[in-house]
Amino acid sequence: MKLTRRDLMVMSAAGFAVTALPAFASLTDDEIAKITGGAEMGEGGITLTAPEIAENGNTVPIEVSAPGATMIAVFADGNPVPNVATFKFGALNPSQSASTRMRLAGTQDVIAIAQMADGSFHKASANVKVTIGGCGG
Amino acid sequence: MASGVKPRVKVPKKAAAGETITIKTLISHKMESGQHKDGDGNVIPRSIINRFTADFNGENVIDVTLEPAISTNPYFQFEAVVPEEGEFQFTWYDDDGSVYETAKKISVS
Repeated sequence: MKLTRRDLMVMSAAGFAVTALPAFASLTDDEIAKITGGAEMGEGGITLTAPEIAENGNTVPIEVSAPGATMIAVFADGNPVPNVATFKFGALNPSQSASTRMRLAGTQDVIAIAQMADGSFHKASANVKVTIGGCGG
Repeated sequence: MASGVKPRVKVPKKAAAGETITIKTLISHKMESGQHKDGDGNVIPRSIINRFTADFNGENVIDVTLEPAISTNPYFQFEAVVPEEGEFQFTWYDDDGSVYETAKKISVS
């Protein structure tokens, strides 16, 4: 079989996908473990609102809400740096919710982890399809 | 980037005692992520706002740690309880050490 330029491109792309994806995933898991200390995470109790399709990865509006939480951390699984933001709520915050705008390098999962007042952790995630990535490079 | 940074904050002028209000904040800042390259292929160093806090009469409402994944001109919307008349203080901390501050008074009817 003769290798064409196209074959090489496909092969290298496939190889890249295989090696790169687990690396990103574990990076996010590492960052999450840093916060939770590897504790079990419950579902529910936290809402992450993100658009299903974001045309521009440079400004993706997201909203996190977790009544009774003391802290919410947001991660983007497919960004070069998974950390996005950490919200700590003070005594005068009634709803433990916040909205902001974030960058997404490409189609990926956005993950929010809430630490409740009793010390337990809850997780929510949303998949966002990105048409134009927002991390440059 | 300490030039051209302008914080903008939207807080109602009046509230009932104990009422929950919505606050919107925006600050003009490039939020250079450290991932971009310039025309010569050199990485442009990271320069972002790394922390934002909102307090009311010295009591904390929200304390946010920002990472490079936050968009240009960081925007935040959140809620706060207004227990009494007073002032909201908003503070942004830049990577270069600059601190940007703004305050809004609110009266209780």
